[in-house]
Amino acid sequence: MSRNDWIQLLYIVAFSMFIIGLRMLRGPRTAVRGNQIAAVGMAVAVFATLLNEAIGDWILIVVGVAIGTAVGVPAARSVKMTAMPQMVALFNGVGGGAAALIALAELHRILPEPGRPKIDIALAIALSALIGAISFAGSMVAFAKLQELIRGRPITYPGQQFGNLALLAVCVALSITLVSGVQDEWLLWVVIGGATLFGVLFVLPIGGADMPVVISLLNAFTGLAVAIGGFELENNVLIVAGMLVGASGTLLTVLMGRAMNRSIANVLFGAFGQVSAGAAAAAEIDGGTVRSATAEDVAVMLAYAHKVVFVPGYGLAVAQAQHDVRQLADLLEKKGVEVSYAIHPVAGRMPGHMNVLLAEANVPYPQLKEMDEANPEFGRTDVVLVVGANDVVNPDARNNQGSPIYGMPILNVDDAQSVVVLKRSMNPGFAGIENPLFYNPKTVMLFGDAKESMVKLIEDVKGL
Amino acid sequence: MDLLTEIAILVLAAFVGFEVISKVPNTLHTPLMSGTNAIHGIVVLGGILLIGPAQGFLNDFLLVIAIAFGTINVVGGFLVTDRMLEMFKGKKPDPKGEDES
Repeated sequence: MSRNDWIQLLYIVAFSMFIIGLRMLRGPRTAVRGNQIAAVGMAVAVFATLLNEAIGDWILIVVGVAIGTAVGVPAARSVKMTAMPQMVALFNGVGGGAAALIALAELHRILPEPGRPKIDIALAIALSALIGAISFAGSMVAFAKLQELIRGRPITYPGQQFGNLALLAVCVALSITLVSGVQDEWLLWVVIGGATLFGVLFVLPIGGADMPVVISLLNAFTGLAVAIGGFELENNVLIVAGMLVGASGTLLTVLMGRAMNRSIANVLFGAFGQVSAGAAAAAEIDGGTVRSATAEDVAVMLAYAHKVVFVPGYGLAVAQAQHDVRQLADLLEKKGVEVSYAIHPVAGRMPGHMNVLLAEANVPYPQLKEMDEANPEFGRTDVVLVVGANDVVNPDARNNQGSPIYGMPILNVDDAQSVVVLKRSMNPGFAGIENPLFYNPKTVMLFGDAKESMVKLIEDVKGL
Repeated sequence: MDLLTEIAILVLAAFVGFEVISKVPNTLHTPLMSGTNAIHGIVVLGGILLIGPAQGFLNDFLLVIAIAFGTINVVGGFLVTDRMLEMFKGKKPDPKGEDES
């Protein structure tokens, strides 16, 4: 067997390990091992590549890997569980950026060769650069929004969608020019510049509440860019690994959209969370008053309930209150209260975000109820404690056709006897939508930081 | 390699991607997104392969950045996923494991 055969063989080992690893990510028990297997697969792929005879500039390779490790390892180690979504966005973005840069370098390498580059290679270069640059820029904006470096609310202006579409059309047209014969490097630079601008403009109008869907979509984009990069380098393992991610990311995006009962097109182009004047006005006409309660009142309600359901949301993540929630739940259980957690599929900033946080606090698995399981239970629940969730319990999604979230399945917490909402202030949530739940006569508000409120509740329940 | 063979591989990989993911519980969506995210860091191979033949300072520079980006994607992605998943370990339905905290 030639050296190249060995490399190809190792590549097959590597992508088999990716597939096995992904499969094992399906169950909580095998997931850790699955991730490790995929990581070993990656090491095998890198090792195989280094066997290649054409490898040169070892020092530069070491420098690149060293920089990447020096940045990536501390970032991944120190990031708080609450900031996970933006970290994933960041890691995803740099992957897309790498694909675009590699396309540039590959074009530079093949241009001086006699004769025109093969059309499929040129096409792969253009597409990989285009998609990679969109993914890079889009992910950076998603990161900035979630990190609250820029406003989470949608940024809109007249003619926005037309402008974006026109920009994308120009990028595609330039790519076609590039593929069809004008083999100039600067053309690819323009394509990448345009695609970067498009990536920024494309994510800017999308509200923070929709970021999980966007990150998932951009993850699929990067996967696709990498798979196409595999065509440009004629490399199997890039094609397989990239396309695995492209396909699974697309599926995940669709599943998430379905959980919100909205099409992907609506998420991307609906400027969700933009408070339409009509819907906001409707909520205010409903009027009603907001009742606020003290921690003592709430502690009494909780301690003498039969069944209490916690509904966690992003506020819980921000306040890092998951351990305190667990402590309060334990206290209540000792008093004979039945406790469970209702998890909305898109609570927080990513699907499963709340599960990760509650798992960190060692909440027993059987107490976590998904939406379909939780909703029928609210009818026989005494107290629902909404900890930093907002849109996922907004009854407007059922009742108000003017609301931007109309039609999204929600947790029907208003079926319970009473609802306690822990919230920092009356500001509308991340998506910027009014929530009539707060004006419901069943509801009392406990204002303050979720963690501080939890600590007070724990003390008061202990004192009873 | 033959273009058609490559396309065949691409299509098969797409089907495998759909199949492998379709039955993941909601709970694991975040680690899954993060795990697949790490896998597309494979793009680092492209940088490693090209940096030898690359000519000129600009291209070397771009490729070093590409390798650094790809490495961040791989290393960061797998580590973050691992950290998330470690938290599910205590969630096995045996009550003994839950007293640790």
